[in-house]
Amino acid sequence: MSVTLTAARQARLVPALQAKGGRIVAGGTLAIADLNQGPTSGSALITLDRLGFDQVTAKGGKVTLGAMVTMAKIARDRRLKFLHPVANSIGGPAVRAMATVGGNLFAPAPYGDMAAALLALDAEVTLHDGKTTRKLVIEAFLRQRHKLNKTCIVSVSFASPPAGAFRYFKAVRRKPVSASVVTIAALLPRKAGKIKGARIALGAMAENAVRARKAEAALEGAALDHEAIAAAANLITTETSPADDAYASAWYRREIAPVYFFRLLTA
Amino acid sequence: MTKVAVEFTLNAREQNEFVESGSTLLAMLRDRLDLYATKAGCHQGTCGACTVIIDGEPHLSCLTLAERCEGREITTLEGLSLDGALHPLQQAFMDGFAAQCGFCTPGMILAAKCLLDRNPEPTRAEIADAISGNICRCTGYEPIIAAILSVAERMRDPVGKRA
Repeated sequence: MSVTLTAARQARLVPALQAKGGRIVAGGTLAIADLNQGPTSGSALITLDRLGFDQVTAKGGKVTLGAMVTMAKIARDRRLKFLHPVANSIGGPAVRAMATVGGNLFAPAPYGDMAAALLALDAEVTLHDGKTTRKLVIEAFLRQRHKLNKTCIVSVSFASPPAGAFRYFKAVRRKPVSASVVTIAALLPRKAGKIKGARIALGAMAENAVRARKAEAALEGAALDHEAIAAAANLITTETSPADDAYASAWYRREIAPVYFFRLLTA
Repeated sequence: MTKVAVEFTLNAREQNEFVESGSTLLAMLRDRLDLYATKAGCHQGTCGACTVIIDGEPHLSCLTLAERCEGREITTLEGLSLDGALHPLQQAFMDGFAAQCGFCTPGMILAAKCLLDRNPEPTRAEIADAISGNICRCTGYEPIIAAILSVAERMRDPVGKRA
């Protein structure tokens, strides 16, 4: 059975329902697909459609995406142009019309491209545990996500990147739609021509989206020239543990990640 | 099994149903309403055979809970023809041999309709993207893309539009 919460104040009920084995259904592309695989446990499906978690705000350089904002909604929002390549790289149009920001944070590799982008953007995840609302940096959230079974995501927030500072590329085996072979999201703000505060995130290169800190360090303070990019590319896979799956072998992922990283940053 | 009352618009007609809580829109369409154009394929959101239009956007009915359709407007392939006349996309698929086994065809046509409603002048790449979630194992996709392009061209042509 499912439970449809019908007003914002009922968000407080979500953790209690989860504690009883209830499962949150956001867009349904993960949860219902999972349930369709086999017999259901009989526990409640918790739908959040009417809680008001589907709003996008972009004010004062800060962007907040409600947990129920869909990829299609992001792809239509002119304020979020830098995120359009990310949203449009996720599934076909029907998946994009259903898949949500909150759900994507739980997508297992080689999925979860928006999570990789949000990791590069240094997003903060707002969670509700039934009584209080708290914020968690996305890296900590991704590490703990499967233990967070008594909380629901309300929204994610991040600073709007400076023009041209955010770059994204998803390598796939079949265009235009496929799971990721490797996903690269990079935030490369510059001050006086030098990179300051580089953040590079990789998808499909580990169980969760991960930072490439050694590559970030190689770029820090450097001009975005071939030499610095090549040095960073050499380090891009050092902190990864990609899986072998139907889309690519771990070996192949390690081989192509530096190549696509170099191309992305020199484009 | 708990039953839930759901009110929605289906193929331009108001509909009231009691559905099993937790059941899918796909099951409701095929098992309760005898609307068989929507095909049951992978049940994983991968093949696109179960695509329907909800509030103007393509959705996968195998992954949509029936009770979440409350107040929404749903179109299946059965809702496209008007007074027995095929929709231009249906006709183009027939004329252009864009359907072979036909299993993907309803989902393909509804995905294409969503595209043309939003973007009447799509490029070939935009058409490929619009049907990218719909798998076809027979046609090689080229006749499908050609059929959708031909409808777009016809809709742009004032004479064709009148027809």
